Amino acid sequence: MTVHEPIGCHEAVAHLWEMLDGQLDELDQRLLDRHLAWCLRCCGELAFARELRGMLRARSEAPVPDDVLRRLETFIDDLPAPATGEAPG
Amino acid sequence: MLGVDERTELQRLCRQELPGLYSLARRLGGVDAEELVQDTLERACRSFRSLRDPQAACKWLRTILTNLWRDRMRRDGRLPDEVPVEDERDFSLYRTLEEEDPLPYSDTLHVDFLGAFSEHDVHVVLERLPLRYRAPLVLRYIEGFDATEVATLLDLPDGTVMSQLHRGRQRFERELWSYARESGLVDGLAMTADGATEGTNA
Ligand SMILES: [Zn+2]
Repeated sequence: MTVHEPIGCHEAVAHLWEMLDGQLDELDQRLLDRHLAWCLRCCGELAFARELRGMLRARSEAPVPDDVLRRLETFIDDLPAPATGEAPG
Repeated sequence: MLGVDERTELQRLCRQELPGLYSLARRLGGVDAEELVQDTLERACRSFRSLRDPQAACKWLRTILTNLWRDRMRRDGRLPDEVPVEDERDFSLYRTLEEEDPLPYSDTLHVDFLGAFSEHDVHVVLERLPLRYRAPLVLRYIEGFDATEVATLLDLPDGTVMSQLHRGRQRFERELWSYARESGLVDGLAMTADGATEGTNA
């Protein structure tokens, strides 16, 4: 059995988003969990990363200007019937 | 008869996804968003048969749009291929906030800081990022594609996208901080004592 060096804050922080993305392998996850079990600051970093991630998703809508919306809706109204048969190529 | 129903269904899906598509086109940037959405709708119309499950329409349309965007950017020589990712200096917004303490009266400094950003502010910050960071961040964290899908969409190796995401996140944090300082967002927040923030649950 291999003994793994505990990781420090620097490495822990570098892995937080990957953890939130579900992209850490088992070993890195275990090392990170061990660090988070005692490091309050990195727990704070984790909560913050979660907020930031949520903010990026929730607060970056670019609203469609009215005139653009009208033109695009007309464009949709005028779309022909979808191509039938096999897709070309 | 079948054609009529399909046309109605396609139009319904397009109308439903319109705001999201326009938003994505704007956030990817570098092209005329309205034109890109029109081309996407036309392409969707031509390949509607390839959409098996209407539930997947959202992702299907976004994939078409991103592919068209990528091809256009590449044609114009504006798509950075495998540009080696420069070594961004490590930056932690969390620690910077702690050290600079821009909201001395706040008990929930970090959340209040993020709460000060409007949709417009976030958009401006994203626009400041170089394309090689912005595109992967937008596709991964706003559109919800996973990292492998992002790599396919951008036609880049997985490893390149992973490091672009990593550096891009740090750059995004750094830009949030400089934007907050330049635009007086932080001062404004410090002065409004009530500082009510909306929840940012994903
Ligand atoms: Zn730590």
